[in-house]
Amino acid sequence: MSEKETNNKKKTQQQNWEKKNNTPTIKEKMERKRTFKNLSNTEIKALFTKDDTTHLNYKKDIGFPGEYPFLRGVHKTMYRGQLWTMRQFAGFGTAEETNQRYKYLLDHGETGLSVAFDYPTLYGYDTDHPLARGEFGKCGVAVSSLQDMELLFRDIPVDKITTSMTINGPAAIIWAMYIANAENRGIPKDQIGGTIQNDILKEYIAQKSYIFPPEPSMRLIVDTFEYGAKHTPRWNTISISGYHIREAGSTAVQELAFTLADGLEYVKAAMSRGLNIDDFAYRLSFFFNAHNDFFEEIAKYRAARRIWAKEMKKLGAKKPRSLLMRFHTQTSGCSLTSQQPEINIVRVTLQALAAVLGGTQSLHTNSMDEALALPSEKAVRIALRTQQIIAEESGVTNTIDPLGGSYYIEWLTDQMEEETFKYFDRIERLGGVIPAIEKGFFQREIAEAAYRYQKEIDEKERIIVGVNQYQLKEPTTIPILKMDEQGEERQINRLKNLRKNRDNIKVEKTLTRLRTASMKDENLMPYIINCVHTYATLGEVCGVFREVFGEYTEQAIY
Amino acid sequence: MEKKIRVLVAKPGLDGHDRGAKVVCRALRDAGMEVIYTGLHQTAEQIVNTALQEDVDVIGLSLLSGAHMTFFTDISHLMKKKKMTDVLVVGGGIIPEEDVPRLKKIGVNAVFGPGTPVNDIVRYIRENVKE
Repeated sequence: MSEKETNNKKKTQQQNWEKKNNTPTIKEKMERKRTFKNLSNTEIKALFTKDDTTHLNYKKDIGFPGEYPFLRGVHKTMYRGQLWTMRQFAGFGTAEETNQRYKYLLDHGETGLSVAFDYPTLYGYDTDHPLARGEFGKCGVAVSSLQDMELLFRDIPVDKITTSMTINGPAAIIWAMYIANAENRGIPKDQIGGTIQNDILKEYIAQKSYIFPPEPSMRLIVDTFEYGAKHTPRWNTISISGYHIREAGSTAVQELAFTLADGLEYVKAAMSRGLNIDDFAYRLSFFFNAHNDFFEEIAKYRAARRIWAKEMKKLGAKKPRSLLMRFHTQTSGCSLTSQQPEINIVRVTLQALAAVLGGTQSLHTNSMDEALALPSEKAVRIALRTQQIIAEESGVTNTIDPLGGSYYIEWLTDQMEEETFKYFDRIERLGGVIPAIEKGFFQREIAEAAYRYQKEIDEKERIIVGVNQYQLKEPTTIPILKMDEQGEERQINRLKNLRKNRDNIKVEKTLTRLRTASMKDENLMPYIINCVHTYATLGEVCGVFREVFGEYTEQAIY
Repeated sequence: MEKKIRVLVAKPGLDGHDRGAKVVCRALRDAGMEVIYTGLHQTAEQIVNTALQEDVDVIGLSLLSGAHMTFFTDISHLMKKKKMTDVLVVGGGIIPEEDVPRLKKIGVNAVFGPGTPVNDIVRYIRENVKE
């Protein structure tokens, strides 16, 4: 029998099955819902068979791990060679308190650090700025100068452990402090490893911790790419993030499409500066969400790898390492509930498993108290243990991309890729990512999806356990984190003393040089590093940029 | 025709989490209220001044940053100073249960935590808006 005849015969078998088992009567009378949809509102069929994947060519579309198009994973050995990095996002109060938390996490088997900064730091303000009132240490740790950075990493081997820092508007300055701290400890720049988030486009789109307008922001980012390519071969100079887009309410498809579109925008910006794509592309990293729909999330990560490899090839990347979409994952904060908080452990487990089956390079598992406050020690330990159980006990790490070849997964991966390319076309028709931001395109798409999701929950079309079904009459409570109430005062005093005791003439000199350089088109990284070495504060360095570059404001759309 | 309820939805401070505020804006609008959304990064003074200028019946504050005690206290002081006794104040976001009694004491009428159906907010406003 020829292949065509075999296919035809199988097609008949599937059609027969559907005729028998998928009739309107069965759908109406025997199925629980009229339609079954995933979180991107895509209708999911009752059964997937070979017919749904016949258009895929194994070598071209699926392939092998560590080989183009990298659908099955970026490395040849994946978790058989090395487990993902267990990296818990953490930070609160003063640098001393957070330093203690890092040591606690490392003692319990964490393998990478991830810094959460407080709001004033994210906006480039020192703790004693009037707009910082009430915000000190609440959403992360305050880092106002190199001195705080020194305390934050005291007794932590920054040449051995990698550190990821969620910082965007002032990313170049905070990175400069990390570099300066390593230098002061005698560790050369080329030995430090880690990541700065440095992704301003998703700030305009979703997370909203922007400072400067798009043009100077992009310039600072390309400066970090250029500097990193020359001096810090182990540092990821950006983490192109879908996480916050998803948390703001997007669907999985929107998260995938908008993130990759942002990524391509950065590559084009760097290339138009004259950088060679193969010199910086291998230091681009990504960051995705892991939400509730298990298979959809797995398909999303797989699709992201294939799309990125294809697009980078189109842009002229030659080295295989430039084609790799390496990514961090965090389980979804917004999927967690304040009702019956302990059951969040189960949600996190499923989400983390999806990230692992999707081939993540590093992972943060949320703590059960996410919907109440910053995590307590016990809650974060259980979250870390969840990763360790997946890694050591579940057996899912024994083989690479275990779901590859599943009719449903391959169909869904392909479908999400198609939807992504449709979004790429729409963005291009709007003139690219930045014009689309300025027209409110992403913001509206996300607000629309967020509202639809909330309505589905309110109308019980979507069940959230403990929220709109299976509620308890008596609310359950768990202990939450208490912060040192004197921390803010201590931090402000520290800043006062710093300003008094440093060499203020040197500070002024380096700030003046930075101001002059920022009005020309020089790479600003060396100037910023010089400033922070003199203990110029975050607010002072950022103040120079605010003065030269101006500030961004958005139109409020809902 | 019955006068429409006017609501100011505000995001105080540096907090950029605006998903909840936007969803609530749309739900209140769909329920027939007039909604004014301040956008992000508002100071307490800006919020109270906008509320006065727009002559609103309700101020809704959304905060996920943990800075709620500071901002709600500042806003309620300013409202007292400006004699805005006929304005209902509600809050939402990541606000620990144990802070709610303290917030009520300083004049916040209701706090809606994560998982609150938006219709509960609509109903609460309709039933409690001050004449």
